[in-house]
Amino acid sequence: MMNALARLGRLGLDSLARLGRAHLLLFGILGGLPSVLLRPRLLIAQIYGIGVLSVLIIVVSGLFVGMVLGLQGYYVLAQFGAAESLGVMVAASLVRELGPVVTALLFAGRAGSALTAEIGLMKATEQLSALEMMAVDPIRRILAPRFLGGFISMPLLAAMFSAVGVLGGYFVGVGLLGVDDGAFWSQMEAKIDFEEDIVNGVVKSVVFGVVVTWIALYEGFDATPTSSGVSQATTRTVVHSALAVLGMDFVLTALMFGD
Amino acid sequence: MAKTRILEILVGTFMAAGFVALFFLAMQVSNLSASAAGDGYSLTARFDNIGSLKTRAPVSMAGVRVGRVESIQYDQDTYQAVVTMRIDEGYDRIPSDTFANIFTAGLLGEQYVGLDPGGSPDYLRDGEQIEHTQSALVLEQMIGQFLFSKAEEVSQ
Repeated sequence: MMNALARLGRLGLDSLARLGRAHLLLFGILGGLPSVLLRPRLLIAQIYGIGVLSVLIIVVSGLFVGMVLGLQGYYVLAQFGAAESLGVMVAASLVRELGPVVTALLFAGRAGSALTAEIGLMKATEQLSALEMMAVDPIRRILAPRFLGGFISMPLLAAMFSAVGVLGGYFVGVGLLGVDDGAFWSQMEAKIDFEEDIVNGVVKSVVFGVVVTWIALYEGFDATPTSSGVSQATTRTVVHSALAVLGMDFVLTALMFGD
Repeated sequence: MAKTRILEILVGTFMAAGFVALFFLAMQVSNLSASAAGDGYSLTARFDNIGSLKTRAPVSMAGVRVGRVESIQYDQDTYQAVVTMRIDEGYDRIPSDTFANIFTAGLLGEQYVGLDPGGSPDYLRDGEQIEHTQSALVLEQMIGQFLFSKAEEVSQ
C-alpha cells in the first residue's frame, strides 16, 4: 500500500521535474537565439537538415492527401448535388486542419526524431561535455540554431503541404471527376477567408513547429547517455510530439473556430 | 566553400518555395485578392426580418457581386434589423430609390442582399440609407401559411 503510494508520488515528482527541466531548457534556448543570428551559417545548415530534407515527404504526402480528399469529398458532395463545393471542402480541410497537423506529425517523425538522436548521441559520446570544457555553451551553439531552424521550417512546410494538397484536389476533382474548373476556384475564393482560415492555419503551424522542436531538443538533451537511452528518447520524441500536436490542435481549433 | 554555397542555394530555394506556397494560398485559395480591392463606401438598409443573413454575405446587383454585408444590428426602437453594407469602390451609381431584397441562393443556399436599381437621377452616397426593402422569405413561414390556407379551403 505504502509502496504503491510512494511509487505514485515519485511518478508525479518525476514528471514535474521533467517539465521544469524542459522549461529551463526552453528559456536557455530562447536566451541563446540572439547569438544564433550572429552566426547565420549554423542556422542555414539546420534549415537545410530540418526543412529542405523534409520537403520531399511533405510534398508527396500533401499531394496524396489532397487527391484522396478530392475523391472522397466528391463522392459525398455529388450525392447532394453540390460537387462544385469540392474546392471549398478540400481547401478548408487542408488549410485549417490537415496542413498544420499532418505536417507536424510528419515533421516529428522526419526531423524531430533525427534531432533527438543527434543530440542524444552527442551527449552519449560526451561531445556536449567537450564543448563545455572549451567554454562553448552547448545550448547556444547546438540547440538554439536547431530550435530556430524548426521554428522557421515548419510553417513553410505546412504552407507547401496545403498548397500542393489543393493542387492535388484540383487534379482529381477537375481533371478526373469533371467538376467545373471555374466553380472549383471561385467557390473556394468566396468561402475561404484569409484571416480566419489561412492566418489561423499558419499560427497553428508555428505553434506546432515550436512544440515539436522543443520536445525533440529536450528529449535529446535529457536522454540517458547510453544507446538504449537514446533509442528510448527518440521514441518518446515521436510519441510525445504526436500527442502534444493532436491535443493542442483541439485547443487551438476550439479557440479559433469555436464560436 | 562550394559546398556551403550549394547549401545556401538549397535553403534559399526552400524558403522561396515556402513563401510561394503561402502566397498561393493567400491569393488563389482565399478571398484576400477580392476583399483587398479598395475600401468602397457603406450603405445601410432596414429590414423587418433578415432570415439567416450573415455578415460577409454578398451584396449583388443584377447578379454581380458589388459589395459585402459589413455588420448587422438590431434596432430596439423600430424592431428592425439594420444591415450595413460595404459597396466596392467603382460602383458609385446606385440610384437613391433602389430596392433592397434578401434572396436565397438556391433552395437551401446562403442568403444575400440583392439590389434592384430604381429610376432616380440621384445616387446614394456614403452612409445613406436604402429606403425600400423587402424582408427575407422564411421557408418555414411560407409552408405554414400554405398549410393554413389549404386547411381553410377544406373547411369552407
